[in-house]
Amino acid sequence: MAEIKNVFDISGRAMAAQLVRLNTIASNLANAGNLASSEEEAYRSLKPVFETQYADEVRKNGIATAQAVDIVKSNRLPEKLYLPDHPSADDDGFVYSAAVNIEEEYVEMMEASRQYQNNVEVITTLRTLMMRTISMGK
Amino acid sequence: MKSISNHLNFHASALQLRSRRNNILASNIANAATPNFKARDLNYDQQIRQVDDIGPLKSTDSKHFKVAVKNPHQTLFYRQPINPSLDGNTVELSVEQLEFSENSVRYQTSLEFLNNRIAGLLSAIRGE
Repeated sequence: MAEIKNVFDISGRAMAAQLVRLNTIASNLANAGNLASSEEEAYRSLKPVFETQYADEVRKNGIATAQAVDIVKSNRLPEKLYLPDHPSADDDGFVYSAAVNIEEEYVEMMEASRQYQNNVEVITTLRTLMMRTISMGK
Repeated sequence: MKSISNHLNFHASALQLRSRRNNILASNIANAATPNFKARDLNYDQQIRQVDDIGPLKSTDSKHFKVAVKNPHQTLFYRQPINPSLDGNTVELSVEQLEFSENSVRYQTSLEFLNNRIAGLLSAIRGE
């Protein structure tokens, strides 16, 4: 990873991480309610793993950013439904619904978009300050 | 030349410190969702005193021994959370946003002071 130098690195990479999070939420919501014929085939919600990336000079300047280092499947079990008429039902008449909790995903979506906005706000503010500093003395 | 740099020095250092603090606060906001991240901050008052040489002990002669000042590496402190969260993250967005906006305003204030001082110097040079 390249060195983290300024606010564009800090907030830019954090925004990328939040975007990964929003992508997983979109995938989870898109697959919510999907039915599969076995527990293994059923969709499980995806969750990103966030980790702090410190700058090399972090002891001096305290700069750190966030990165989505991994995406894991949640260990929530798919719901077993008795639907013998369903085309993908197994021999005993069961189907398995995707292990996605819609409410949880919605809350996470709101939080992720709020934190994304915060990072945009930081960049906008500091960019304005930088531009004013450049035109100092004019 | 020295008097001009003395004239501008304080606010120039203030600007640098404010910008450093902005980066630290931006790091906190960037890590709002990272588990176990501990929010940090810079003690601005203490730092600016060091810059301005008005530390706890003032020397009256340049030959006096320098009073040991704190290592600049240790001047960052961890923020005490008001409402601790379960995942060990101590970033509270309301606190960070407040500090960030205050810091930005103070940065602009220092910038404005610098601009005024430069304008004053320029008008003195031009003799208008």
